[in-house]
Amino acid sequence: MEQEKKELVFITVIGNDQKGIVARISNYLYKHDINIEDISQKITAGYFVMTMLVDIASTRRSIEKISAELANMGVDMGLKIQVQHENIFKMMHRV
Amino acid sequence: MAISTDEVFETASMILSHHLDIRTVTLGVNLKDCVDSHFPTFKEKVLRKLEKGARNLVEEARALEVKYGIPIVNKRLSVTPISLIMEGHATRAKYLQMARTLDRAARQGGVDFIGGFGGMVQKGMTRSEEMLIRALPELLAKTERVCSFLNVGSNVAGMNLDAVNLLGPMLLEAAGMSENGIGCAKFCVFVNAPEDNPFMAGAFHGVGEGEFSLNVGISGPGVVRAVVEQNRECDLTQLSEVIKRTVFKITRAGELIGRELAAALEIPFGVVDISLASTTAPGDSVARVLEGFGIERVGAHGSTLALALMMDAVKKGGAMASGNVGGLSGTFIPVSEDLGMIEAVQEGALGLDKLEALSAVCSVGLDMFAIPGDTSPECISAIIADELAIGVINNKTTAVRVIPVPGSKAGDLVEFGGLLGSAPVMAVNRFSAAEFMRRGGRLPAPVTSLRN
Repeated sequence: MEQEKKELVFITVIGNDQKGIVARISNYLYKHDINIEDISQKITAGYFVMTMLVDIASTRRSIEKISAELANMGVDMGLKIQVQHENIFKMMHRV
Repeated sequence: MAISTDEVFETASMILSHHLDIRTVTLGVNLKDCVDSHFPTFKEKVLRKLEKGARNLVEEARALEVKYGIPIVNKRLSVTPISLIMEGHATRAKYLQMARTLDRAARQGGVDFIGGFGGMVQKGMTRSEEMLIRALPELLAKTERVCSFLNVGSNVAGMNLDAVNLLGPMLLEAAGMSENGIGCAKFCVFVNAPEDNPFMAGAFHGVGEGEFSLNVGISGPGVVRAVVEQNRECDLTQLSEVIKRTVFKITRAGELIGRELAAALEIPFGVVDISLASTTAPGDSVARVLEGFGIERVGAHGSTLALALMMDAVKKGGAMASGNVGGLSGTFIPVSEDLGMIEAVQEGALGLDKLEALSAVCSVGLDMFAIPGDTSPECISAIIADELAIGVINNKTTAVRVIPVPGSKAGDLVEFGGLLGSAPVMAVNRFSAAEFMRRGGRLPAPVTSLRN
């Protein structure tokens, strides 16, 4: 089953909306063979929040590297970018 | 059902804006198998076992920090109560050598504290335990990462006042040997000490535990404060409900980390200890949560009710979230580590008497508070005995971590630095109980212990 091999992580982007956020992040993901499963954005509590659910099963990049590189990209754009395995959200928000 | 953007944002902002973290992952290590009649061999076995355990713990914990984007602030070890394994080597010199061995293991293994250098003396003391207490001042002053505890009472044994009477002089001596008396911050005296508490200074690997145990301490006063702020108008029942829901979520995060870490280390998972514990970071304060309830400053009349409400909600949220809630689980109210508590003392809202009252409904007791350096040893022992009596009679854990700061007087502010913060020196009662304390002996177990 293809589906069971997936390893899903959430990328959360918090900050001010600006041009090129999606472009830069998706370009990075494409380069490292990471598939975007879902993407959504909204303004919540006054923040621009974008979440991307991505599958890192086929990339050779470690989650540590991905996390550090995206965080750096965030610093460049004045945003907070956080990478977290989906299990933590399932644990916290689903009984 | 897919996770929504709001849910992802809620978790992310708990971590990014409200200091949610895994406060500690503590690996409990059995040292009974290391005992050897040849002392150098004994030390070598202890060193090797602890160093290996620490290295694995630190490495696996770092991997999980990255995977889940949640900081694991402290990685720590706890060991079998040392007095037990030192029975055959009960000299002061050997106790000091063993403490240095543990210190070295912690340093080399990359953990910031190692707990368990203590003993259980609720009913009486062996020669080894008396020797330990005598060696304590020097070992607290001369080691960096070794934490010590004593359990001097329980609701089934009563309280060993003879042991308590040794602690006043011991703490004064320890205070005199370290800067601002800070050595005392690494010593915690308990009644009803839990054997699986992951938090320092009182963590130890209980005799009822297996070869290893992995206990997780999760905190988050900032997160609770944020949710309280969002619910300014609700009554106490609703307030309890919103706290419960939030604590449920953060306990689940602790449970996840604990389970995965235990699996990675191939050892059984112990407990999640959900204890709101302050740090000196702005916003990461239990006192501020109570202020959020509508208490002007902690110590004001109403504070005990507020703390009781919060404690109960925290326990309920935690118990619902995990089948393995244990340790101390509730709320710590240290003075020096909480900016709101420090302010409350400085402004005259909070004194030692009210702190003692608050401790009756918090999860531990009188924690990280400074008293004048000229406090008599009998007075220190009596402060300890009062606090511990609350625990014995009410079937709960209570503990004391007190720092008599040499040369200080009430009203001074003493800087400890780092995690330990700064402490306003609190006035003690000027009347004496010395004659009473000198009676010694043992407080009999309360009638509530006769349940068989």
